[in-house]
Amino acid sequence: MPEHRLLLRRHLGVDFTNLANYIKYGGFAMWKRGLELGKDGIIAEVKASGLRGRGGAGFPTGTKWGFLPKDGRPRYLVVNADEGEPGTFKDRYFLEEDPFRQLEGILLSCYAVDAHVCYIYIRGEYWHSKDVTERAIADLYKAGWLGKNIQGSGFDLECYVHSGAGAYICGEETALIESIEGKPGMPRLKPPFPANYGVFGMPTVVNNTETLAAVPCILEMGGDAWCKLGSPRNGGTKLVGVAGHVKNPGLFEVPMGTPMREIIYDLGGGILGDREILAIIPGGSSCPFLTKDEIDVPMDFDGLKDVGSMLGTACITVIAEGSDLIKVMGRVAKFYQHESCGQCTPCRQGTGWLHQIVQQLDAGAAGEEAIDLLIDACNRIDGNTICAHGEAAAWPIRSIAKKFRPQLEAEIRSRAAASA
Amino acid sequence: MVDPVPVGPAPDAAALAVQFSPQAKQQIADLLGRYPRKQGALIPVLWLAQEQFGWLTPDVLAMVAAELGLAKSTVLATAMFYTMLYKRPHGRFHVQICTNVACYLRGSDDLVKIAIDALGIRPGETSEDGLFTLEEVQCLCACERAPCLQVNRKDYFDVTPENLASLLTQLQTEGLRLGPSIGWPDADESDNHPAEAAHA
Repeated sequence: MPEHRLLLRRHLGVDFTNLANYIKYGGFAMWKRGLELGKDGIIAEVKASGLRGRGGAGFPTGTKWGFLPKDGRPRYLVVNADEGEPGTFKDRYFLEEDPFRQLEGILLSCYAVDAHVCYIYIRGEYWHSKDVTERAIADLYKAGWLGKNIQGSGFDLECYVHSGAGAYICGEETALIESIEGKPGMPRLKPPFPANYGVFGMPTVVNNTETLAAVPCILEMGGDAWCKLGSPRNGGTKLVGVAGHVKNPGLFEVPMGTPMREIIYDLGGGILGDREILAIIPGGSSCPFLTKDEIDVPMDFDGLKDVGSMLGTACITVIAEGSDLIKVMGRVAKFYQHESCGQCTPCRQGTGWLHQIVQQLDAGAAGEEAIDLLIDACNRIDGNTICAHGEAAAWPIRSIAKKFRPQLEAEIRSRAAASA
Repeated sequence: MVDPVPVGPAPDAAALAVQFSPQAKQQIADLLGRYPRKQGALIPVLWLAQEQFGWLTPDVLAMVAAELGLAKSTVLATAMFYTMLYKRPHGRFHVQICTNVACYLRGSDDLVKIAIDALGIRPGETSEDGLFTLEEVQCLCACERAPCLQVNRKDYFDVTPENLASLLTQLQTEGLRLGPSIGWPDADESDNHPAEAAHA
């Protein structure tokens, strides 16, 4: 199965961290097109493209831009580059290898929504990403692509990198906003939504890195043509990752709606040791797990939703037969406990319970009844928290407990036998 | 919704035990220009403070509070929330091994065992000589090249037991030469070989 490469250009072997190279390959050509289209014209193209937020939620980007109130307050664009969803490695590509693509998208988007300040929130651990992006920004200031009166257009834009400091929850957009304001990254109650009351209380658009990187490409092709690349209501191409027990782990770009099986077997090269698949995490560990019978699902927002999971970040983790699902569940539960911000009781306490129960299972100190206890605990977290972290913790655990019960029971029996 | 009100007075700048370097002060002036409210610069300024002092001691937090005109409690609340802002001294080399799902599937637990044996400390601990802090960390988001780890600011991908062992040996040699990190409590008295005791 061929890839459809528009955004992912590793194969060209060109150093796109160099501005001259970026421009040589068509970079910033869309600025002129953007000026011709005008602000409303850019938004119309993005709406027509069907572009849905690449951070995982899949909210239509053009619609999000349209929510900004026209009340004269200063507007902000905030870029969510706090890539931290376990299993994900897609935004790292833009930040480290093609930083100007995102920055061109930022310029066009800020022009379209009339924002004059942009904060790029990059996760703290991404030292190299921060360095590359900071250098790229400095190059753009020097070349007149950022700052005052950009390329003589009269449009001003200041762009800053804001480093995270080690908190997964800051990938949640309102926690990210709190973090830019210098506060603990605790998600806000919504409404008000960021469009109305975002960073420093001002109208704010929060977009993922990959979302913004797609914007120049959409203007180049035209929104309709880009939309037709993907499946209905899931426009365009998508960066997908394959990791875990595959022969050829990596990052690829495919049209939205490409069957997951093709991504795993054709691009990912199949399973290590030619084993069977035990379980699949479709797009980061907050997505409910899939069984091997579910991998014919089309990789798009609607396809994954139809099988009770989520596209998430579209970076697949493959778990092969012979793996220990209780241990996998332990890693997932530990992560969400550690990263709970602690403001909602069901999440703060519940994620701890989940981890404890799984630890007991792992130690052979709990029997099959603990599976029901896990499901019960998940049900008490789900839907009872300010942000989606509660669900992110509960859904994968519950999906394992429900879909993989025979496997879990076998693992429990073998632990009991080992300790007897 | 209203703008936040200050929760208390900022510490008295004249009574501070530590000071930002002139270079850091310049960077802070630049950072303050980026945000409409001073507190916006808090996390970047905490990063600067950590770079200069190694970790965020109570004195350092008071200095940051005075610099930004914030209450100490405001600064502490933010500093406490983020794991990469250190509230205790760390070793010269912060060895952070990812043990989340993708790395686990690719053998990260073996790497942790190797590090424990080589460094003589458990995850979460710092060696007595102040050279190493070992930690199991969450996904570093480079799963296509799992297992991976980070030492201070540098990433290591596709790590094997062999190249981890040789990396740690190399760091131990370098650590003996450099001594413990900035801000390590005994750093001033460590002119002899601090690592000897731990590896004897």
